[in-house]
Amino acid sequence: MNPPLLQVKNLRIEFPTRRGILVAVDDISFDIAAGEVLGVVGESGAGKSLTGAAVIGLLEPPGRIAGGEIIFNGKRIDNLPFEEIRKIRGREIGAIFQDPLTSLNPLYTIGRQITETIETHLALTHAQARTRAIELLNEVGIPAADKRIDHYPHQFSGGMRQRVVISLALAANPKLIIADEPTTALDVSIQAQIITLLKKLGREHGTAVMLVTHDMGVIAETADRVAVMYAGRIAEIGPVADVIHHPQHPYTIGLMGAIPNVGDNNERLAQIDGSMPRLTAIPAGCAFNPRCTRRADVPNQRCTTERPGLLPAGMTQAACWLHAGQSGKRSEAENEKKSDENRKMVSV
Amino acid sequence: MAALINVVDSFRRFFDGDVWYSFKRNPLVIVATVAALIGILGAAFAPWIAPHNPFDLKTLNLLDAFSPPAWSELGKPQFWLGTDDQGRDVLSTIMHGSRVSLVVGICAVFLSMVVGITLGLISGYVGGSVDAFIMRVADIQLSFPAILIALLIDGVARAVIGKEHHDQVAVYVLIFAIAASGWVQYARTVRGSTLVERNKEYVQAAQVIGRRSLAIMFSHVLPNVMGPVFVLATLHVGTAIITEATLSFLGVGVPPTQPSLGTLIRVGNDFLFSGEWWITVFPGLALVFLVLSINIIGDWLRDALNPKLR
Amino acid sequence: MLAFIIRRLLQSILVMLAVGFIAFSLFNFTGDPVALMLPPEATQLDREEVRKTLGLDQPFYVQFAVFVQNALQGNFGISLRLGRPVSQLLIERLPATLELATTAAVLGLLIGIPLGIYTALKRESWTSKLLLTGSLIGVSLPNFLIGIFLILIFAVWLGWLPSFGRGDVTQLGLWTTGFLTESGLKALVLPAITLGFYPVTLFMRLVRAQMLEVLRTDYIKFARARGLTNNAVYFGHALKNTLVPVITIAGLQLGGLIAFAIITETVFQWPGMGLLFIQAVQFADIPVMAAYLCLIGFIFVSINLMVDVLYYIVDPRLRTDRAGGH
Repeated sequence: MNPPLLQVKNLRIEFPTRRGILVAVDDISFDIAAGEVLGVVGESGAGKSLTGAAVIGLLEPPGRIAGGEIIFNGKRIDNLPFEEIRKIRGREIGAIFQDPLTSLNPLYTIGRQITETIETHLALTHAQARTRAIELLNEVGIPAADKRIDHYPHQFSGGMRQRVVISLALAANPKLIIADEPTTALDVSIQAQIITLLKKLGREHGTAVMLVTHDMGVIAETADRVAVMYAGRIAEIGPVADVIHHPQHPYTIGLMGAIPNVGDNNERLAQIDGSMPRLTAIPAGCAFNPRCTRRADVPNQRCTTERPGLLPAGMTQAACWLHAGQSGKRSEAENEKKSDENRKMVSV
Repeated sequence: MAALINVVDSFRRFFDGDVWYSFKRNPLVIVATVAALIGILGAAFAPWIAPHNPFDLKTLNLLDAFSPPAWSELGKPQFWLGTDDQGRDVLSTIMHGSRVSLVVGICAVFLSMVVGITLGLISGYVGGSVDAFIMRVADIQLSFPAILIALLIDGVARAVIGKEHHDQVAVYVLIFAIAASGWVQYARTVRGSTLVERNKEYVQAAQVIGRRSLAIMFSHVLPNVMGPVFVLATLHVGTAIITEATLSFLGVGVPPTQPSLGTLIRVGNDFLFSGEWWITVFPGLALVFLVLSINIIGDWLRDALNPKLR
Repeated sequence: MLAFIIRRLLQSILVMLAVGFIAFSLFNFTGDPVALMLPPEATQLDREEVRKTLGLDQPFYVQFAVFVQNALQGNFGISLRLGRPVSQLLIERLPATLELATTAAVLGLLIGIPLGIYTALKRESWTSKLLLTGSLIGVSLPNFLIGIFLILIFAVWLGWLPSFGRGDVTQLGLWTTGFLTESGLKALVLPAITLGFYPVTLFMRLVRAQMLEVLRTDYIKFARARGLTNNAVYFGHALKNTLVPVITIAGLQLGGLIAFAIITETVFQWPGMGLLFIQAVQFADIPVMAAYLCLIGFIFVSINLMVDVLYYIVDPRLRTDRAGGH
């Protein structure tokens, strides 16, 4: 098997504040293979954006990487000097952010912004760069690209702008793109278009994507695997279909259960009681334990004292003591039965 | 009793809070605050603690005139900073002068604040043509420098009231002129806050129930806006003192019977070339240190209260 | 674009009318306007004549119209203090003030902007902190005090530079310039530094604040995410976005400088409009005050208009129509 494109090992991100050190991301590990789309989902504040920022080296001070390693293409990148990581950005790892309007400099034409990126990383003449820029715009579906290349960002609509942003991120053909909430600021109908575009480009260029979002629908459409983050830790990680249909971590189960179905006949929407803990008050042991309905099923009150690592749980991995001592796959029927039981216990 | 507990509690919360924390860690601001306090207290209690009384003609001796500062060769030990052309102790004149400068500055800022906040509230709440009018006036006034507006008001008052009577009311005219040149910044800030609050549902809800939405908005807008207004006011005090000093220096400020630091500098300026530099330099330094301390405090306050920088 | 200019022009005319109205009120409500227009030796008959000619028996708005007409022709009456036509006095004094103000403004831009960029980019360095403290001191120093200190050091103690007047000037048509003579330039140094202190500190703090804000934006973050070099990020993107709003404020400040020149001119006895104005205020010389007000109003309004047009040219968002399309 090929080594994964990106390996994050025991990543820890801290914020020193006057009240002490806040741990925003606490010892997470995951891989992304070449060409795969990893969704990173979770509530606001769960640490997903920070993880993305750390990978591309744009963690804003006072936040800092306090532990762990980030390995890209076999080489460690989290401790590189500025000039080294600058060369990697855009060329090997790209990023797109949430708001396409503020992501583009309003005073420069999009053509200038694209050709600038191309010329920074690739040894092309200005004319060649411009040609490539027009190609890129065509690829992302901007009509009349050769004319619109000289337009300013405010002359595009929201969906078009996000396409421009995507073309900018792809300009130097990076192998991995960190997409931080790329569709959140767009209309639903445009969202679908952008997601389709991302998938198509990923396939055609073989680009891996780390798709950070709080929208499970987008994940379901786009991702190959998904990591569910909670309070700075990964609660569950696995293939997307498995995590959605057969979640193993009580938090994931709660999340999936909270998604209403059109055909349901419930009077109340299911919810998980309580809320994600603030960074200053993360519980000991498993961060989810105060809200978990299955705590009693684990002997010795382990949930409140020991923090679980990612344990094999059916087709996925879950950070939950319920799966301690289990390894290997279980039968499909067993999985179904377990998940149904879990779902019934959580819904109201 | 409950009110007292509230006050003590809010004191405790203040000293626990971010602002005090930021203050403790900033040695420059601490020094500035101490300096400002010394200046203000010295000015406030000048009539009682100044070493000499520069206004009591009986105590003035022309033989003492033009003494240099105490540490120089010809200086006299009882006049620490020297004397002026009439034998007045420079230190005492500075203390009394600071008093006038501070009174004018603080009163002007206070008046400016009251007018500005009121107009801002009205403008934001009533909206429509009243709002448009007030904002237009504000815009036009903003394109003229404050000193010019203050000069104009002063000049007009001088013409209208007549030069003889002008001296009596000069201080009030001055306060009014400086206040008039500075209200716009408060009005704009408060108007912005008012507009934001006015669109909130609780105002509409209050109107539906029949309650006075104005009073409710007042109690909601003011706490939100007090922080920025306070910063503006602090910095404004510095500007007001400089404006007053400038006007007095130009001869169109306070009357000579109530000299401020600006007047002292102007008087001392005449003796610059003959070598009696201390008569103008020390009042000048006093002015600079006073305003500088206030500006340091205001600058720090603005950063400390700015949520974006935390 | 044309619509924009026309709109701004109309606004400017409105402001000018407002300013004119204030000046007009100065004339009318602060004493006998006839006395203000005539030299003091005029007889009662003369006054009656003038009163009729001036139409002072006419209704208010007619008088105002006449005033505006006179003003447009540059007729503001006779100075109470000097007994000469006000317009003449203003024209004589204008070059001195303009040269001083422009020099100070140029100083402000040339020194203030680079310093502002430096303190924004190198936030933690000692030089930056020193400069910032210096700027705080600069803001706390009143204009006249700077002048006095400079005079004390350079004119009294060192004797290098003159402390009053404009030196020798060359007459170029209507304009008198001090740039062409050595004594003229020497006389310009101290007043220009005094007046220039404020724009230097202002621009430094302004550019710094604006640049810091720009550096926090998403598009700078995205530029970094694309791997652009520091030079490209700072001087390609951040600088342009910083300077555009600074330009507007710079323009407005130029107008302010002309007013601040009042103080500097007083300290250095610089024969400009500001000194004239101060003497008018001390003397309650209404015609001069009114004329100065109108002139300043005109300068400010024109500068505002030019700055608006400049902004329009530089910021593409104001220029082109919004194109739609999905």
